[in-house]
Amino acid sequence: MKGFLLSFRSEFYKTRKTMGFWSAVLLPLLICALLFIGFFNKSEHLANIPGFMAWLQFAGAILAVMGSLLLPMLIVFIAYSVNNIEHKSETWKSLFSLPIAKWSIYSAKYFYALFLVFLCLALFVLFTLGFGNFLSMLKPEVKFNEYHIEKLLVQIYFKLFLASLGILSIQFLLSLLFRDFLKPMGIGFVATIAGVIFANMNWQYAYLYPYSHPMLTIKGLLNSRTNNGPAMPQITVDIFTKDILVSLAVAVVVFVLGYFIVLKKSVK
Amino acid sequence: MVISTEGLSFNFGNQQVVKSLSLQVPEGSIYGFLGPNGAGKTTTIKLLLNLLKTDQGSIHIFDQDLRNNRIPILSQIGSLIEQPAIYLHLSGRENLVNRALLLQVPEKRVDEMLELVHLKEAAHKKAGKYSLGMKQRLGIALALLADPKLLILDEPTNGLDPNGIIEVRELLIRLVTQHKKTVFISSHLLAEVERMATHVGIIHKGEMLFQGSIKDLEAISQPQIQVELNDTVDAANFLKKHGLTVTDVNDECVSVPFASKTQMGEINTLLNKNDYTVYSIRKVNKDLEKLFLDITQNA
Repeated sequence: MKGFLLSFRSEFYKTRKTMGFWSAVLLPLLICALLFIGFFNKSEHLANIPGFMAWLQFAGAILAVMGSLLLPMLIVFIAYSVNNIEHKSETWKSLFSLPIAKWSIYSAKYFYALFLVFLCLALFVLFTLGFGNFLSMLKPEVKFNEYHIEKLLVQIYFKLFLASLGILSIQFLLSLLFRDFLKPMGIGFVATIAGVIFANMNWQYAYLYPYSHPMLTIKGLLNSRTNNGPAMPQITVDIFTKDILVSLAVAVVVFVLGYFIVLKKSVK
Repeated sequence: MVISTEGLSFNFGNQQVVKSLSLQVPEGSIYGFLGPNGAGKTTTIKLLLNLLKTDQGSIHIFDQDLRNNRIPILSQIGSLIEQPAIYLHLSGRENLVNRALLLQVPEKRVDEMLELVHLKEAAHKKAGKYSLGMKQRLGIALALLADPKLLILDEPTNGLDPNGIIEVRELLIRLVTQHKKTVFISSHLLAEVERMATHVGIIHKGEMLFQGSIKDLEAISQPQIQVELNDTVDAANFLKKHGLTVTDVNDECVSVPFASKTQMGEINTLLNKNDYTVYSIRKVNKDLEKLFLDITQNA
């Protein structure tokens, strides 16, 4: 456990000045800020509609791309960057000749990547709420303050986090095995496009395919939107759907499998 | 023995790169692990650090089996393999701080190491901007950080200028004589380790060709008597007539195998009495460099 904590701290120390770490912080900030500027200039779209509907438009603008491309690509990039730092500096050999269990080093790296994905999604929640409330302060006709979307937004992003774990394990392993960026990136990109297609054509087995999970999560939100009245849609988030269970199972299996591959692999 | 291996073998696919190696590295020694490029030195070192899984044979370090005591053994080893493993986007100091964090070494030690390898001035410069020699010195600082009992260095003077080589050599000698460390150092140049090694192992195509103290190595190189005189070719023929073996003749001198000091005096007298002018006569050991070449080429 001590080895794990030391390695985890070291991962932070090593990456704290790299794009790998800062992209997890800057990406949500940048996207939310752009969204804020866009809606600030076109605030008449949101003016005088119920708070809940205004939030759906505001947060939905991010969520729409989140499921299809943003989240999977972010995972591809994070998984790549935590492993590339060792490939680039040829430091695998010195890492694995330290008096620390290989399991600790491997799992600390994985959990650090997991932490970065979590951090990024948590910041999306935070910045969406922050910029939304800021907008209704500046433009009182936008009624964000009339509805509290916090709980719903946290649920959605938490489900997206769980939906991303299967992809993360696969991409983490690919980035660990391949030195270059193109292989994990190319595989991840093609797999993501396939995932979006599977999810969008409602393929019955799409829930078994990890790269479809973020898209399925977003689609699930739309499906649960049952029109009760003429104007007020309802969104409920059912977190542990079967696609999420598959995502978790894939994450655990690939994570453990990856460790045995690392053990077998000779260190260059 | 600090390192002792038995029947150590390793294959890359079908190619056997290490063949039944029996290393014996005594405590307090500087063990020069010599061999031409591609002889299996780095592979052996990776086996010693458990970076490669041992196919056959056993490795004992500090009298403990490496397979079952990986962490306790590694905690007493500092290593530098091939190019030093350095995070290029971090400064030299940050590289050491990161390692100190992992090894739970106080940060004060980081500054001591920077001073030791003369990198104090460049401590805050990005390691990516370091020269090859500076990187090598930072690599040595990283290996020494946890004050290990055993240092395993793979070609540590690669890329260093003559001053750098001398500095590293003096540092290693100091570590062994004053701090009771053991150093295992690989090189493809005998001359480089000749002046500091107490023990030598010569490996070629994965096989150990010679292992022993540096004195043993000198002993197997047969000493010669070198006679400098006026007419070398004539003198060589003359000596042959008197039943002596001449190993080398050139414009300057004649070489004869050394047997004893008395015999050396006799040769001198013999030449003088027969009107040869002897300018000098001395006993020389065979150049170790030449010996090393002989050993590796005859194999």
